[in-house]
Amino acid sequence: MSGRFIEISALEKVFTGEGKAVAALRGLELSVPEGTFLGVMGQSGSGKSTFLAILGGLCHPSAGTVCVDGIDLYGLPGERLADFRREYLGFVFQAHNLVAYLTALENVMLPLSVKRMSRVAKRARALDVLEQVGLSDRADHLPSAMSGGEQERVAIARALVNEPPLILADEPTGSLDTDTSAEIMALLKHLNDQGITIVMVTHNPENQQFFHRTVVLRDGRVDCELPACEAGTPLYRPARV
Amino acid sequence: MNLGSIALSNLRRRKTRAAFLIAGLLIGIATVVALLTLTSSLTVEAQNNMENYGANILITPQSNAMTLTYGGVTVGDLSVGARDLSQAGLGKILTIPNRKNIAIVAPKLLGAVTVKGKTMLLMGVRPDAEFRIKRWWVLDGRPMGNDAELVAGSAAAGELGLQMGDYVRIGGKRFTVTGLLHETGSQDDNLLLTTLAAAQSLLHKPGRVSMVEVAAQCSNCPIEKIVAQISGVLPGAKVTAMQQVVKSRMHALGQFRSFSLAAAGVVLGIEALVVFLTMMGSVNERTREIGVFRAIGFRRGHVIGLILIEAAVASVLAGLLGYLAGMGTTYVVLPFVAEGSAHVAWAPLLAPGAVLIAVAIGAAASLYPALHASRMDPTEALRAL
Repeated sequence: MSGRFIEISALEKVFTGEGKAVAALRGLELSVPEGTFLGVMGQSGSGKSTFLAILGGLCHPSAGTVCVDGIDLYGLPGERLADFRREYLGFVFQAHNLVAYLTALENVMLPLSVKRMSRVAKRARALDVLEQVGLSDRADHLPSAMSGGEQERVAIARALVNEPPLILADEPTGSLDTDTSAEIMALLKHLNDQGITIVMVTHNPENQQFFHRTVVLRDGRVDCELPACEAGTPLYRPARV
Repeated sequence: MNLGSIALSNLRRRKTRAAFLIAGLLIGIATVVALLTLTSSLTVEAQNNMENYGANILITPQSNAMTLTYGGVTVGDLSVGARDLSQAGLGKILTIPNRKNIAIVAPKLLGAVTVKGKTMLLMGVRPDAEFRIKRWWVLDGRPMGNDAELVAGSAAAGELGLQMGDYVRIGGKRFTVTGLLHETGSQDDNLLLTTLAAAQSLLHKPGRVSMVEVAAQCSNCPIEKIVAQISGVLPGAKVTAMQQVVKSRMHALGQFRSFSLAAAGVVLGIEALVVFLTMMGSVNERTREIGVFRAIGFRRGHVIGLILIEAAVASVLAGLLGYLAGMGTTYVVLPFVAEGSAHVAWAPLLAPGAVLIAVAIGAAASLYPALHASRMDPTEALRAL
């Protein structure tokens, strides 16, 4: 782990709707070295998802800066932010978000579809990544014909296909059973061991074992970092009674 | 894999929506193709039956005469030059470059004769040509079959008290009345009609004719061109286009064509609306998918391109199928709307035209949905983040 790969400074985000302003982030500061597996925890409404959306270049902040590998994301002109997402980021969503009418292989090839590469090279690269996540035999299956764990692995393969230095994962194990969750976390850990920086939002305290660092958000800012948090700090959504 | 293959996969695997989109365009294109082909086929049919409308070219002797006539009252005239034409020269009319457009040549010789002590107007004609060119004539009996037979106009028959089968003497020659014309309301009512040869004999003008009426099919050739060509082969004749007849025919066809184009425009407008609504529905249904595309690095232009490619592919299919459906509809409908044995007019440019129109409408109607899709906030679209 070296340098300051992610540098977030005085990050604020205020949502305005129906005449009411809601501050989701309030001066969040964070610095993450390259190669870190960072866990982000916190109660619902603490600002985790907004933080991840802004870090992923999907949502403009109200104030503050976000730099990744020295690039000021929200200082990029025009559609360069889309190019940044394509070249620097891999997204893994909780709901997998696979395109229903594309096969596993086609879903993995999606980020390559707008790149200047030969068809053969795109296919070879996508098959290679599917092999890495152990799904080469399911390449021609539609998402509807795959289990939740398999769909998540396809989503991870899609995030990896462009060989991004940063993966953002939003509760990738949230809808999976314990065994499948362990498999996915092991896969992500394996990728991190290869040097990919991963920022992962989770509600599951058991995932902490895979993280190099775990930050806890509260009221739109970093409240503390495990294990240094005070006893009783809420790490995840309260259980519903 | 590229934007095109994603678009094709979407159309292939979301068959119901694709079918709706294609059907919306197909019905419109088929309607337009059928309307235009029907119009074109009926126009060709009308051109082929131009002689039904009578003559549109008049050949008279060349003279420096100015007849002082208004409202049927002739005050007098001043003539210098020939007063009739040579029958032998009329064959040259069928040698002009546009001879295929000449449907009927009807020469006639006019002269005054005395019948039962009254002066009547006799007109010698070629019965086959004359009765074809005057389709509106209604005849009791039959046309004259030889040089000793005669047909009388309604006023002439009344004046002379002629009945079918009567005999009448003109210039010492006996004629049998074989037909009586119904009243036409024109100068034809005053005529006694006989064969050209009989009239030439009675009027002592062998081989001469007073005038020639010509029916030319002229929608694909300017009537002025035919007039010039006839003038060229008949230097002693004055050839005049009867513009009123020509223009009224063309006006009728033009009105029908305008109606068809207007109807086609309305159909295409409705079609564009159907495509617009279908594509908007599709975009809204694919909110999450579009969010994923944007999240993994698709530019706005890529999203617009994807939607437009889908619309274009569906439009090409709809254009081709719509063309075939439209032509099929024309084959079925034409016999019911055409009077004669009309044939479907194949227009070689209609097939690519139908595809181009479909693509243009598909793309234009999909432009706003595509822009709408590209403007979607990825976080709103994904909701998961």
